[in-house]
Amino acid sequence: MSVQIDAQGDLRHFLTTEGLDPRLLGRILDTAESFAGVLGKSVKTVPLLRGRTVVNLFFESSTRTRTTFELAAKRLSADVLNIAVDTTTTKGESLLDMLRNLQAMQADMFVVRHHQSGAAEYFARHVDPGVAVLNAGDGWHAHPTQAMLDAFTIRRHKGAFEPLRIAIVGDIRHSRVARSQIHAFNALGAGEVRVIAPDTLLPADVDTLGAQVYSDLNAGLRDADVVIALRLQRERMQGALLPGESEYFRHYGLTESRLRGAHPDAIVMHPGPINRGVEIDSALADGPRSVILDQVTNGIAVRMAVMTMVLGVRPDTPREAS
Amino acid sequence: MTRILIRQGRLIDPESGLDEVGDLAVADGRIVQLGGTIDDFTPEQTIEADGQWVMPGLIDLSARLREPGQTRKADIASETRAAAAAGITTLVMPPDTTPVMDSPAVVEQVTHRAEQTAGARVVPLGALTLGLAGEQLSAMAGLAAAGCPAVSDGGRPVQDSQVLRNALDYACTFSLPALLTPVDPFLATGCLNEGPTATRLGLPGVPAAAETAGLGRQLAVAGATRARVHVGRLSSAEGARLLTGEQGRQRRLSADVAIHQLFLTDQDAMEYDTRFHLDPPLRDIVDRQALRQAVADRVIRIICSDHQPHDGDAKDGPFASTEPGASGIDTLLPLVLRLVEDEVLSLHRALATVTVEPARLLGLEGGRMAVGGAADLTVVDPVAPWFCTRETLKSRGHNSPFLGWEFSARATHTLVGGRLTHTDDRA
Repeated sequence: MSVQIDAQGDLRHFLTTEGLDPRLLGRILDTAESFAGVLGKSVKTVPLLRGRTVVNLFFESSTRTRTTFELAAKRLSADVLNIAVDTTTTKGESLLDMLRNLQAMQADMFVVRHHQSGAAEYFARHVDPGVAVLNAGDGWHAHPTQAMLDAFTIRRHKGAFEPLRIAIVGDIRHSRVARSQIHAFNALGAGEVRVIAPDTLLPADVDTLGAQVYSDLNAGLRDADVVIALRLQRERMQGALLPGESEYFRHYGLTESRLRGAHPDAIVMHPGPINRGVEIDSALADGPRSVILDQVTNGIAVRMAVMTMVLGVRPDTPREAS
Repeated sequence: MTRILIRQGRLIDPESGLDEVGDLAVADGRIVQLGGTIDDFTPEQTIEADGQWVMPGLIDLSARLREPGQTRKADIASETRAAAAAGITTLVMPPDTTPVMDSPAVVEQVTHRAEQTAGARVVPLGALTLGLAGEQLSAMAGLAAAGCPAVSDGGRPVQDSQVLRNALDYACTFSLPALLTPVDPFLATGCLNEGPTATRLGLPGVPAAAETAGLGRQLAVAGATRARVHVGRLSSAEGARLLTGEQGRQRRLSADVAIHQLFLTDQDAMEYDTRFHLDPPLRDIVDRQALRQAVADRVIRIICSDHQPHDGDAKDGPFASTEPGASGIDTLLPLVLRLVEDEVLSLHRALATVTVEPARLLGLEGGRMAVGGAADLTVVDPVAPWFCTRETLKSRGHNSPFLGWEFSARATHTLVGGRLTHTDDRA
């Protein structure tokens, strides 16, 4: 997927964490770190993208992701246009027609979320030169900024990736977050990436992505330093993939007691939105191990970092900007 | 009718085993002399075939022509012209047109259109069930009388096994072969082979079990009848294995494979290239090798293009939202010959898979080169290198997975019923 890298090896779009140079991933984290400092101060805005237009193009509903992208763009002083596309009412207009129309409005960047895998890459292949595409989630394929904000959160809490055992629990099969996490964590040098799920929620040959596969939650959590719960969509019950929420929670739901086998300092993460009592117990989600709200905050800095990188803007002295 | 003399070509007939340099004379639509030097024949036209191959025109067992119903994608005129340029003299057309070819009236309409355009013969397959809905039997005797040599499920397998059994029994009554599509639709909801590639791309996979579950049921039902059953477009090693075992019990059971399955794999769909969105999907390298072996072992005796031309819009968009299928008429002949270069098949065997074998299945006259037989012929230059590009494609469907490939063989002349439908004298 070289479409996201330009001839100089720099990030031109951000579509997937797969196949990216670990140094590039490190640069995203380092750049995000510099912006995270800004967030702590009262002045939260830098003028790096002043005069640029960012279009949030969401074909799937989203609150958290869209909002943090919007905040990130605003803190970079960009103009932001939010477009929620209801695919039931736009039947007939092709993606390409829509893209051309929006480009005519002189957008510099599209933040795209779409229910089809490959949609972001499709946009990236069709935008004009100089226009960047950020993947805010495409089908089951990738959600690279989520994976990077998770990596950022892990690095802030745990430091180096090399010794870490990272366990991802839940619906791996339909999860773009899990796929992007596995690629990113492996590239960043994580000691071990595990996926834990019933067989119906595992994609075929998931081990080829670079993950150890566990069906048993207790075995998968043993000595884990980071535990990530994934959201379980209600429609999985209708698809005959699971019998019901209560059985799922009994076997794969994260609770404080289940985490006894994990590393004593293990942190617990979730990309949200949370189904309390389905994939994670409230006491754990709200407890001291949980870094779930940090993830949301870190999402802004990571998205700021990626936005500047794909437009070739270097945030040399963001702390001094006003 | 034109009297044509083809001079000093390498005459190749896979049925008789003929393979010698000589002349061939055509008059009144038939081959009147074959072999040696012909000097007692007065031609109106002479084709000098020195260094070229003269062989039966190809019969493509599965070609969607999109007419009636989807003429924005292609039509009988455009696709038969493309066939002629590719050395194909007969296109066999599945019944899943709109309307479905389940009544003599629709079949006659198609036949009439084909006669008007006549770049190639068009052989319509009748629908196995009414509307291909898998509920009621079609009027098979009427379809046969209208010119259908066989009936087919048109890619929509009959799900009710009792209906399937009855349809096969009824087809057998009128000596109609039944062409079935081995797939269990409940397992085939994805858009790419289930495996590492689909997992990486985040696309829903179709397991090989979708084929074997469908095939196993169809073979079991077929075994309870005396019907002549043919299963089309095999895609998996397991499917080929299952078929091999069953052929020991059901001798007349036959199968075909789409030519692209012998050259491509699911990894070609990396980067979401929608030209590789096919149904059944491209599988992995083990499957591809097993299918090649099955063709070599004559478990699979027929190769077809599985031609499915699409308009640009149908293939434009995120992978899963696009329509499956590849445009294949243009590349059938050079790819079949590449199987010879790759030492999968002998030249005669390779040509048999696209000539006499489909002719035998459907009881067609063509596919052979013999005195008295129909002059459905093609002359091929075996060393005329060309690149497959959008510009070279004659089909209106530009959705070829082989764009950018270089091929060595090209049809220079094609005759259908003794009439020249294609001439390319660049060589």
